[in-house]
Amino acid sequence: MSVAPVEVERPAAGEDRLVDPPWVTIVWNDPINLMSYVTYVFQQVFGYPRAKAEKLMLDVHHKGRAVVAAGAREEMERDVEVLHGYGLWATLRHDT
Amino acid sequence: MTSFRRVPDRARDRGDAGSEQPGRSRYRFVARFTATDAMLLRDLVGQVAELVGGPAAPRPVDAPGPDAPGRDALGPDAPGRDALGPDALGPDALGPDALGLEALGLTQDASLPDDPALARLLPDAYRDDPEAASEFRRYTEKDLRAGKVAAANTVLETLPAGGGRISLSEVQAQVWLRALNDIRLALGVRLGITEDVGEEMSRIRPDNPRYGVLAVYDWLSVMQESLVHALW
Repeated sequence: MSVAPVEVERPAAGEDRLVDPPWVTIVWNDPINLMSYVTYVFQQVFGYPRAKAEKLMLDVHHKGRAVVAAGAREEMERDVEVLHGYGLWATLRHDT
Repeated sequence: MTSFRRVPDRARDRGDAGSEQPGRSRYRFVARFTATDAMLLRDLVGQVAELVGGPAAPRPVDAPGPDAPGRDALGPDAPGRDALGPDALGPDALGPDALGLEALGLTQDASLPDDPALARLLPDAYRDDPEAASEFRRYTEKDLRAGKVAAANTVLETLPAGGGRISLSEVQAQVWLRALNDIRLALGVRLGITEDVGEEMSRIRPDNPRYGVLAVYDWLSVMQESLVHALW
């Protein structure tokens, strides 16, 4: 299933974002997911170009995890839910 | 090895009825399955649906017809695969009656499933905040499970028990990708797959008890890899 990124209303610059650090979606390395598949999923879910998706995949692979998206908590929860649908090991947290 | 490839959608080129739908892919995704491999994949995908969906989930895995190869076909004709019993994805890893009904009754319980394979398919969304993880699970887990069961059902609907050439739309191919991944996750957890799986595959001997299931895992990996590349 191709999940296009959903446009959500963001607080105007300077409102929330400066006082409230964004939330981040993290993908963790696991030995089962194929590198090609993880790259493909990043392209599908986030609409990233292949080169960026590949770089993130390699970060996950070599560093054990990578931040793949940042934004409002609700957005990150939606990302995590979609990534779980694809079988990626994703979590979110407040980026303090 | 079963692999997918992308072919032009001839129905579209001919301008057949139904081919004018907007957004329709110009390609089909085709693969050929032996009857034995089709039975095996249907069995595995059905097990994932059962593991994830619980006993209430619809499981359209029909009993094989009289002409269909039974599970015995996984023995002599498919060396090494005989280790893959009907419950290869169950918590007791290859043991009989392995799916364990306790593990399936967790839908109401908004905590990480005890069964490691199920926990990998339905992971926590928050790593260090059990309360937030539980809350997230309460709102999303049902849909996540339903999505995985639906993906499994798509495979069952598009892969005849007798095998043969299958031809998937792009949407179906993307669903297959997720379903294959879910099988590999469950099987990989049962097998205790590590980053060294490639090395293990290269040196494992056929008389090793892990050989059969590892061969199936490898078969699924190659199939999934081919489908990713076909879709790219």
